[in-house]
Amino acid sequence: MTRRRITPLVWLMFSGGGVVAAVFLPILILVFGLAAPLGWIDPSYAHLRAVVGNPVTFVVLLGLFVLMLVHSAHRFRYTLYDGLQIKRRRTVAVLCYGAAVVGSVAAVLVLVSAL
Amino acid sequence: MSPSGGTPTDLRPYRPRISTWWWTRKRSYIVFVLRELSSVFIAWFVVFLVLLVYAIGQSEAAYRTFLDWASSPWVIALNVLSLVFVLLHTVTWFALTPQAMEVRIDDWKVPGFHILAGQYTGLVVVSLFVLWLVTL
Repeated sequence: MTRRRITPLVWLMFSGGGVVAAVFLPILILVFGLAAPLGWIDPSYAHLRAVVGNPVTFVVLLGLFVLMLVHSAHRFRYTLYDGLQIKRRRTVAVLCYGAAVVGSVAAVLVLVSAL
Repeated sequence: MSPSGGTPTDLRPYRPRISTWWWTRKRSYIVFVLRELSSVFIAWFVVFLVLLVYAIGQSEAAYRTFLDWASSPWVIALNVLSLVFVLLHTVTWFALTPQAMEVRIDDWKVPGFHILAGQYTGLVVVSLFVLWLVTL
């Protein structure tokens, strides 16, 4: 019963996460995953600290992280079912969504610590 | 009484066996599974970003240590791979949107091409905004 009620919400968050991942992630990977570590750009620490400490950034990043984690968990769940033909459905669902919940809680704690 | 003469308890439902590697047989199946695997790389980069925010929240030294770690060859390789998979996600996600939803303005059905163009415009605007915010 509970599972049935949560399904529409998960699909909604899957879609939302899919959109924000498609729009935000390419530039974020390019900037923070490649350009900054490789020294192509060198944003000042004080500036980044100010951006991360801004409440608007907090809200936006929290939304992005949670949506993308649920999106990822939901899609990976079905990759295991359909792609790899794993049929322990209950276990897979609990592990996938559990990881997303743990990740979301960690994200909240980290974002609060950086405020 | 079943036709074969056995008892009804002999009947077992037919469950075709599907190989674990069924998706390697056709190109479109492979692309489908690769697209689905983008989820792994999205999760990885969320973890990466959370670690980055944590380091920035600590101190400048922690931020520099994070960048050093992020410039190690395996992290760079993982991020290049992530970029490829996320771009696959972006392109396929945008392509699916006009099929998943129908946009109507009064009686006019907005053609898929317009929705696609709108999404790519959104991608460019968001990318420029992030770039502006970071390098300000």
